[in-house]
Amino acid sequence: MIEIHTQNENNYLLISVKGDADASSAIHLDKVIRQAFDGPQKSIFIDCTKLNYISSAGLGVFMSYIEDITQNQINFVIYGLSEKVLNVFSILGLDQLLTIKKTKEEAISTLDGL
Amino acid sequence: MRASLIAAIVVWLIVNLLEILQLIAARSSMDLGVPDYLPVLLMDIFYLLLVIFYRYNITRSESSNFVDLLWRVFATGLIAAIVALGIQLFYNSLDDSILRFNVFVNTFLSNLDKSLISVFLISTFMAWKKLILYQKNKQVVFYWKAFETMVIASIFFDLTGFTLQNDLAFQGLYIVITILAIGLSGNLKWVAYLNFRQKWISILLILLVTIYLFYFFDELYVAPITALSYVSDLDNLFLLTLFTFLLFYSVFSVLVILFNLPTSSVFERKMEEAINFQRLSQSVQTGESEDEIFEILLQSSMNTIYADAGWIELTEGEESKFIRKDISRVQISAIQEKIISSKNRTLFRKPFSTNESDRVLIHLKKSNYKTVLVVPLTVQTSVVGFMYLLNEIKDNHNREMLNIIDTFVNQASISIENFKLLEEAIRNERYKEELNIAKKVQRALIPDTLAHDDSFSIHPFTHAATEVGGDYYDSYQLSENLFSVVIGDVSGKGTSAAFHMSQMKGIYQSLVQMNLAPDEFLLRANISLSQCLEKTSFITLSYFLIDTQLKQLQFARAGHCPSLVYRNAEQKASYLQNKGLGLGILRNESYKDHIDVNQLKYQKDDILLLFTDGISEAQNKTGDEFGFDRLKKLLEENATQSPKEIQKAIINSLYAFCETRHLEDDYTLVVLKFN
Repeated sequence: MIEIHTQNENNYLLISVKGDADASSAIHLDKVIRQAFDGPQKSIFIDCTKLNYISSAGLGVFMSYIEDITQNQINFVIYGLSEKVLNVFSILGLDQLLTIKKTKEEAISTLDGL
Repeated sequence: MRASLIAAIVVWLIVNLLEILQLIAARSSMDLGVPDYLPVLLMDIFYLLLVIFYRYNITRSESSNFVDLLWRVFATGLIAAIVALGIQLFYNSLDDSILRFNVFVNTFLSNLDKSLISVFLISTFMAWKKLILYQKNKQVVFYWKAFETMVIASIFFDLTGFTLQNDLAFQGLYIVITILAIGLSGNLKWVAYLNFRQKWISILLILLVTIYLFYFFDELYVAPITALSYVSDLDNLFLLTLFTFLLFYSVFSVLVILFNLPTSSVFERKMEEAINFQRLSQSVQTGESEDEIFEILLQSSMNTIYADAGWIELTEGEESKFIRKDISRVQISAIQEKIISSKNRTLFRKPFSTNESDRVLIHLKKSNYKTVLVVPLTVQTSVVGFMYLLNEIKDNHNREMLNIIDTFVNQASISIENFKLLEEAIRNERYKEELNIAKKVQRALIPDTLAHDDSFSIHPFTHAATEVGGDYYDSYQLSENLFSVVIGDVSGKGTSAAFHMSQMKGIYQSLVQMNLAPDEFLLRANISLSQCLEKTSFITLSYFLIDTQLKQLQFARAGHCPSLVYRNAEQKASYLQNKGLGLGILRNESYKDHIDVNQLKYQKDDILLLFTDGISEAQNKTGDEFGFDRLKKLLEENATQSPKEIQKAIINSLYAFCETRHLEDDYTLVVLKFN
């Protein structure tokens, strides 16, 4: 089960993910992120504080946006990953391609550089 | 059964012989010493044998066709009547000749006549028995047994020499048996099962049988020459009761059949409905198609409301399919237009129905057909079509008819649902078969043994969560001392993963022969896979080159979970951490910036453990992962064992941790030990 909540902040779009991102829930995650990319907001934050588990299908969703991020110069930041989930990201090498921050504050600080 | 018939004939011949002998003896004033009762007794035995014969002959015959039975009775009677007539004609033609007064001829012929009549009476008695006992109940069986016993017992009553005219005992018994006979004559259930034509034939046959009865009675008890006023003594209780019973039942039958004639069409229709209902419900077993089911449904429903024409329109996607009866396609279109324009509609609501399942009666103007009843056909809760039933006369529908049509529609729906379920089951079975083939094919892609030489031993193990999986390992001997070993995992699982896994196998087998450095290998594999993997799929891989001469490992990691190395010198295991990125994630040249190549020296009894995340991420019931630490510890504990034993120890420990052997993901293990 996954719960996804989208929230429009001043200068970024916040997507909170709660639960498990597995094969069945990956489609919902993809839909929400797709909408965010289609929207006007150039900064998209993914709050994974309550993301319990991510499968290869869930990783596949994030992976599929890597090209979009560079092409459209999106400030796409993932933060709040648990140690276990972060490990999954880094084993696959996604930490090299995606901006991963520890906390929300660190994520917000990326806005300054823009 | 046959024996009883033969015995009857023998007994009959003996009786004749005896009587003729007696006549001869009487002429020559001799006493044969034969008691008077002997011929009578023998005749009684003859009757008894006939009863036994017909009892089995008729009641045992399997045919339940009543008309055939009546025809048989009629035929027996016909033979007896022809013989009786023949004898009379013979007498008449003889007129005054000597033979006319020949006692021997007279005796023989009258005996023959009498016995043929008794054959007819007894066979008819048994035929009537079959009719009475059709759909019998306990009570009827009880009364019939009593009656039959009394009738059979009455055979021997003539030994007493009593006659109806003179003896009270005879009269009493006769009355008792007659009352029973009348009571039993009320059992005429078989009549209901005759159709209209059969009823007429039955009336005719039974009337003829009745005429025989009168004729034979006349033959037996009215002297042929003398006037009608003389009736000989009615001395045989058995024959008399038979006559009475047969007559009563015949008359009753004719009357009941006559009164049943007008209603027989209703009964026939009900029977037809029942048969159609059965056909609908058994259509799956008998292998009838969906169309045939709809045809039966249309026919049955039309019969039910006396419809003059009708059709079923089935919507299959965009197109409509028509099953028609007594109406052309052109007429259907014309009527459909009239249906749309007609304002005179009556809804027959079903309880708790939605609008869709309501039946509508529509009155048509300027058409041969005055009304059309539209019945929706529902299969698995969705309306698949409509049935249109046309009537040339108005107001010909009632609740009962609609209920019957409902029953037909429901049964047809069930049959079609069953069809669909059956088809689905067959399709699933085929898919299963295909998957099994895929499993075998994939099994063949994964080697049972891996390339190695004396300097190391290697043991692989893999298991897919479903029929086919996405885990992969392989090896190749590049030169005398150089070996390539690879382990991989396709994202996702099942069939799609299996396809990608077989692509990976193809890429590995092509590239490995080029003897590339590990990073070069991964770069090229990434380019190849970028062409064929869908956007959200990726493959993780660990690529190893083992140089057994230099005792050196070279490796690169494409996002695969880090491999474990056990150092015998330190008696400790550690994970090979290095930079890496899964194949298919970054689909351009920049991929090579994200991978490292590392190398390390190995020594005797060092162990390399390759595995997929199906092992490290396996969860138990409480959601805990098997994890890297547990795996590391297990390897350290079992380091002295052979690769196969290490593999077994780890897998057993994994099963014990998960408390099941059925894990959710594919899992693979390759254990390599250096000598």
